[in-house]
Amino acid sequence: MAKDELMNYEKALEQFEVVIGLEVHVELNTNTKMFCGCRNEFGDEPNTNVCPICIGLPGSLPAVNKRAIESSISIGLALGCQIAPTGRFSRKNYFYPDLAKNFQTSQYDEPIAFEGSLEVEVPSGNTFTVAIERAHMEEDAGKLTHVGGSTGRIQGAEYSLVDYNRAGVPLVEIVTKPVYGAGAEAPELAAAYVRSIREIVKALGVSDAKMERGNVRCDANVSLRPHGQEKLGTRTETKNVNSLRSIERAVRYEIQRQAALLAKGTAIIQETRHWHEDKGATSSGRPKSDADDYRYFPEPDLVPVQPSKEWIEELRAKLPEQPAARRKRVQAEWGFADLEFRDVVNADLLDQIEETVSAGAKPQDARKWWTGELARIANSQDQNVTELPISGAQVAELAALIEAGKINDRLAREVLTYVLAGEGSPAEVVTARGLEVVSDDGALIAAIDAALAGQPDVLDAIREGRMQAAGAVIGAVMKAMKGSADAGRVRELLIEKANS
Amino acid sequence: MSEITPDLVRHLANLARIDVNDQEVELFAEQISLIVDSMATVKAAVQGDVPATSHPIPMSNVFREDVVEPSLTQAEALSGSADSGDGRFRVHAILDGE
Repeated sequence: MAKDELMNYEKALEQFEVVIGLEVHVELNTNTKMFCGCRNEFGDEPNTNVCPICIGLPGSLPAVNKRAIESSISIGLALGCQIAPTGRFSRKNYFYPDLAKNFQTSQYDEPIAFEGSLEVEVPSGNTFTVAIERAHMEEDAGKLTHVGGSTGRIQGAEYSLVDYNRAGVPLVEIVTKPVYGAGAEAPELAAAYVRSIREIVKALGVSDAKMERGNVRCDANVSLRPHGQEKLGTRTETKNVNSLRSIERAVRYEIQRQAALLAKGTAIIQETRHWHEDKGATSSGRPKSDADDYRYFPEPDLVPVQPSKEWIEELRAKLPEQPAARRKRVQAEWGFADLEFRDVVNADLLDQIEETVSAGAKPQDARKWWTGELARIANSQDQNVTELPISGAQVAELAALIEAGKINDRLAREVLTYVLAGEGSPAEVVTARGLEVVSDDGALIAAIDAALAGQPDVLDAIREGRMQAAGAVIGAVMKAMKGSADAGRVRELLIEKANS
Repeated sequence: MSEITPDLVRHLANLARIDVNDQEVELFAEQISLIVDSMATVKAAVQGDVPATSHPIPMSNVFREDVVEPSLTQAEALSGSADSGDGRFRVHAILDGE
């Protein structure tokens, strides 16, 4: 992969205005596929959720999944879109083995939802309105595994294996209008927009919204134009950006790459680019060309979808709170300062903290564990904190054990590592591993006496009010008890002893 | 007369992954021109405010409930394929990096 020349980010923004556009694919979590009764399930044995319809055998007839239509309408409504009184499916023709039919059933000129908008807040606290052009229904494609080829050898077996379990899974593609004016915050806005879409579809319950499983996928369009120029620059479309962090990095990379080219007078090629998370770079895919001549035409096997006003209003009435409104509400409920709250949002931890708090933890304790120790562990494993195998209820249980004085912070951190290793809930780990703090005063007093034997002057110092002298003794006791003592109690006992 | 050029025929053939020789290109250009011209005649006849018909029968909202139905077994699914392996359909290498 040739190394791209990049312009310094600030310099790029001085010279050019950034315009982005985002296409987000949301995989719906219906029980069955879009046009047939095969299970919509991730991770099953290959080609076991397939039938004559989704592998395109001759003579098969598709039938539209009603729940997929409802989910699509709900997404449209949540994005403030109008719902089309008549929506039609179209065939998007292309030859590629990820769909056996040689076309993808999609929507072309009559999407189910159009003309919406979404308020998106970026980490700085600035808010942008992203205009939504359309949201349309389509089917997902199968999964290809390429074998050979990457070794660079021309001879030898090179082939692809196809699993059609995902072929026909319902998707909603949400397309924005060009987004102007985000300036230096364009990369953050792109990520925050996708985060908002994820929050919406999760709150609606229409998608599992797991980016690592491809439930939410984003293609990011980026173009630059000199400040003051009306005409949009040539855009590139970066695919394969499968985490919020990748989206931000990919957009930033494209800004810097395109700026370097434009500054040299080199034209941008309109093309698909691929993001490589490991290299932190995009590479050229295929140019947008003849291959995009999809020859759409109306799908003759499916009749139009004409949702009634009553149906739409019924779905509108069930809409959950908007992400922005929810954020305002929970921040007030939890009493987090703006900076604290921003950290929580940026770490994508709203759901986790909500779950922890509703399981009985104090909001500040929930925040402390999720954005502190758990984030640190996730980071050290190069993972997202949201992917750690621990639930909000378990974190609440941990906080309750501390509150009850059964464990201290140090022990709690130890307990966490065992919970994450799958040894059970915090309470189970504490019992199984005997990790309770020693609250038996007798054992603590014995340890204090042993520590004082080495430093008899400490009691005098405490009597004279020089409390810092107590630190060495508390430290020695904690060490002797291998950290399982309650430091507060040790301190109390030490003061009692000095004053008795 | 429509403008179905030999190059346009080659483009269509390429999109449809069909191999054509020069003789066929000439033949298809003629045939496709005829079809397109016929369409132009139809178009002229319905000029004005006539909406396009995608479906001849006025039906809408034909739905299926979201209920799982039996799928094929893996062996059944693969039984008609020219080549398979690892429970999957085996196809020629695709090298455009998608």
